[in-house]
Amino acid sequence: MITWKGLLVGLRRPMAIVCLTFLGCLAAAALLAPWIAPHDPYDQNLTNVLSGPSSQHWLGTDELGRDILSRLLYGAKLSLLSGVECIVVAVVLGVTAGVLAGFFGGRVMWVCDRIADLLLATPMIIILLTVLAVFGPNMHAAMTTLGIMLSADFMRLSRGSTLAVREALYVDAALVFGLSRPRIIVRHIVPNVLGPVIVRASTLFGAALFIEAGLSFIGLGARPPKPTWGTMVAEAGNAIYTQPWYLVPTGGIIILTVLASNLFGDALLDASVGRVPARRRNERRLKEELVRREAAHAVRVVAPTAPDAVVVTSLVRARNLEVSFPADGGWQPVVTDVSFDVPRRGALGVVGESGSGKTVSMLALLGLVPPPGRVTAGQIVFDGNELDPADQGSFHRLRGSEVGYVAQEPMVSLDPVFTVGDQIREPMRRRGGMSAAASRERALELLHLVGMPDPRRVAASFPHELSGGMAQRVSIALALGLEPKLLVADEPTTALDVTVQAEILDLFRSLQEQLEMSMIVVTHDLGVLADFCDTAVVMYAGEVVEQGRVEDVLSAPAMPYTAGLLGSNPYSATPMGRLPAIPGTVPLPSAWPTGCRFQARCDRATELCSRGPIPLTEVSDLWQARCIRIGERAAHD
Amino acid sequence: MTMSDLRSGRKSGPNSLGGIAVIGRLVLQRLLAAVPLVWAIMTLTFFLLRLTPGDPVVQILGDRASGAQYDAMRTELGFDRPMLSQYFSFLGYLIQGDVGSSLFSSRSATDVVLDRLPATLSLAIGATILSVIGGVAVGVFAALRKGRDGTAVQVGAVVGQSIPDFWLGLVLISVFAVNLKLLPANGYVSIDESPGGWMKSLILPVFTLGLAAMGSVARMTRAAMVEALDRDFIRTLRANGVSDRSIAFRHALKNAAIPVTTLVGVRFIGMLGSAVIIEQVFALPGIGSLAVSAASTHDYPVMQALVLYLTLLVVVVNLIIDVIYSWLNPKVRVA
Repeated sequence: MITWKGLLVGLRRPMAIVCLTFLGCLAAAALLAPWIAPHDPYDQNLTNVLSGPSSQHWLGTDELGRDILSRLLYGAKLSLLSGVECIVVAVVLGVTAGVLAGFFGGRVMWVCDRIADLLLATPMIIILLTVLAVFGPNMHAAMTTLGIMLSADFMRLSRGSTLAVREALYVDAALVFGLSRPRIIVRHIVPNVLGPVIVRASTLFGAALFIEAGLSFIGLGARPPKPTWGTMVAEAGNAIYTQPWYLVPTGGIIILTVLASNLFGDALLDASVGRVPARRRNERRLKEELVRREAAHAVRVVAPTAPDAVVVTSLVRARNLEVSFPADGGWQPVVTDVSFDVPRRGALGVVGESGSGKTVSMLALLGLVPPPGRVTAGQIVFDGNELDPADQGSFHRLRGSEVGYVAQEPMVSLDPVFTVGDQIREPMRRRGGMSAAASRERALELLHLVGMPDPRRVAASFPHELSGGMAQRVSIALALGLEPKLLVADEPTTALDVTVQAEILDLFRSLQEQLEMSMIVVTHDLGVLADFCDTAVVMYAGEVVEQGRVEDVLSAPAMPYTAGLLGSNPYSATPMGRLPAIPGTVPLPSAWPTGCRFQARCDRATELCSRGPIPLTEVSDLWQARCIRIGERAAHD
Repeated sequence: MTMSDLRSGRKSGPNSLGGIAVIGRLVLQRLLAAVPLVWAIMTLTFFLLRLTPGDPVVQILGDRASGAQYDAMRTELGFDRPMLSQYFSFLGYLIQGDVGSSLFSSRSATDVVLDRLPATLSLAIGATILSVIGGVAVGVFAALRKGRDGTAVQVGAVVGQSIPDFWLGLVLISVFAVNLKLLPANGYVSIDESPGGWMKSLILPVFTLGLAAMGSVARMTRAAMVEALDRDFIRTLRANGVSDRSIAFRHALKNAAIPVTTLVGVRFIGMLGSAVIIEQVFALPGIGSLAVSAASTHDYPVMQALVLYLTLLVVVVNLIIDVIYSWLNPKVRVA
């Protein structure tokens, strides 16, 4: 929705200011033409016809030796007035009808809609020709008619925004307070409707200028010798063999005027929907900083911190991953020093609140950090092969064939315009090199495997024809196409009904056994973690705060944050009591404190927590936590 | 999982057969809806033509005809009868597909219009093909290569849309016909006469008419591609091994084609109007020049035939667009 505020922001854009200034100067020049034009527009000089630009005639002379600049200035008045006339008629009629139709709905809307349909289907040019034939060369009649026909456009536009505002609660509230309807329309609805109307009007102003100039061009406008832009282009056309220059000023003025009005509309639109022009100056600085950062981290990558015993048994080993996004001319890390291992044929659970960096870490593993973000440090070893996380391309071979991915929202994670079968088959055919028949067979097998009762029917359906649970099963089938060794599931049950959640978890469990895969499950549901996973990684504010075997971590959390998450489990709430929760929210990356990032929300924080970075500390074998009080705890035991 | 999971009331299963039936119903629906539309537009133009000053009889006979000659002609053409009686006999003939004969050539107005249609249609269809192929190519390119190239396409498209087509036509004539002498400056060669000549005679007009539309198709394609590439399913597909090329040209492009199709329909209808002026620039014998002369001589039947066929053309184009749209977007097939 385009708001007043957005429009005001747009008006301050340099592009909008330039365009408006140009149109303003042109309008002023048109009005002041009798005083500022260097020559009389009708003054002929047959000894100096069709000359190019000279000091006497800046833009040259036409076929009767008249000054082109002066004629353009006089013609501007007619052209601009025609455009304004047409747009005023269209806006007044269209907005009135649209607001009334949107506000009252029912029969009023029906009638307005039918009239708009009729106007939009009528061959506009024929009606204009008829009107011009009837009223003679009279642009007022033609432009008024054009305005009436264009009003359909404004009618639809303002009806749409009125309906949107009408649905808003404050209009109902105003009715309840007893404000009269006309007052509500003027106070609340019209201001909301005008934004999009102004943007559209600036585009249609250009279109109206074209039509006026086009009609004059074919000789249906003002009669010669009266100057109009369209007739001057036609004269230039006649002189095309002798003086092509004449085309330049005549076309140029039309192009500049229409361009200014189009760019003005674009600038308003961009500003009001919050589009920001790309800042190119920053790019080089960002690249330089990136190089520096990568160099600084190179040392760390060489020395992995995990004991070698883990390397043998784990399918994936991620070390010291850091993901950053450009911000304020530098790189802002959003995930730092993330290391984890995925056991072969085991399941790793990644837990944490929203904003803790779970999803970003998984995308780093897949080589899919959304640009302009990137992995700025770290190392990933997959099945014995080392990958460079900064080189996204090296992950391409991995995706699909070695790693499958199931996203959070099943309904939006399938392409709406291809059938389910098409989408499941695509990786098999392109990556796996299967024949059409084999891939079709395999797709049906997979759909059967994920528990679809009628695979053939489902394969021929489009995503919108499926329920959420079915769509998630389809997503899983899609991820399993090339028998990956690892399945990454990003909150695979969050968007589903509770009963369906249990079914999907059962499916994962049986798939993992049948296919002997490893899995990473990202979740904020500790029940999923306890039920399903072997090892756990707890993340907070972009770093790993605790990791270890699930039974260790859940039974005696070493980090107060993990304890807080456990305490927030709604199932442990007492009836009628408040739902337990950790007070406060996850800090944004730009607001990370030095030292422990959880300190502000921690009830056991001491001043030592803010002294400096806190390392992951061994709690016991294969169990680490990032808390300063771990030693204390051990002493306590 | 049970079949109750398939949402009730929604079509499911293979839709090759269902698709054809749905499209058949769509065509029928649209044609039926066009009947009141055509009636309303024909009625509107009938009264617009008759109620406004200007007398075709004077045009036919010239200023020097006697009063008796004038009256005889009026009776012959039926202009002496009451307006409503004229209207109803007009409707009677219209139902049979007859809009009368041209007042000046005594040929059927339908034939007069149909004679001129090939030139106009060649022009508008050619310009549409140019705008779709060129616009989609440029738009996709700009969407995939953000930054400077994308900005250049944006700016180019806005400038392209700000150039008056009749002026562009003159510039092209000046460059390619007058200076380089590569192409004819004007005139039309019918396709039966010489396919090569037909092509040559259309290159400049098609480019003239198609450039602005190409700009707006490019902008729309770029915007729709960028939006499609930002959607969640792109990440899922990419994460599961679909190649970048297929992501761009199969998935994003088909999703982006949905709004572009609508735009192309609107632009084609707009081109029928612009063609009137472009035909004057290139001296093409299309419906444009016919409309200008029929309007100035008050040749009612020819005007009515023009309105009728242009309206029908708009109906047919909208129908084609709807069929393509429902093929591209499975969600609307349910309706």
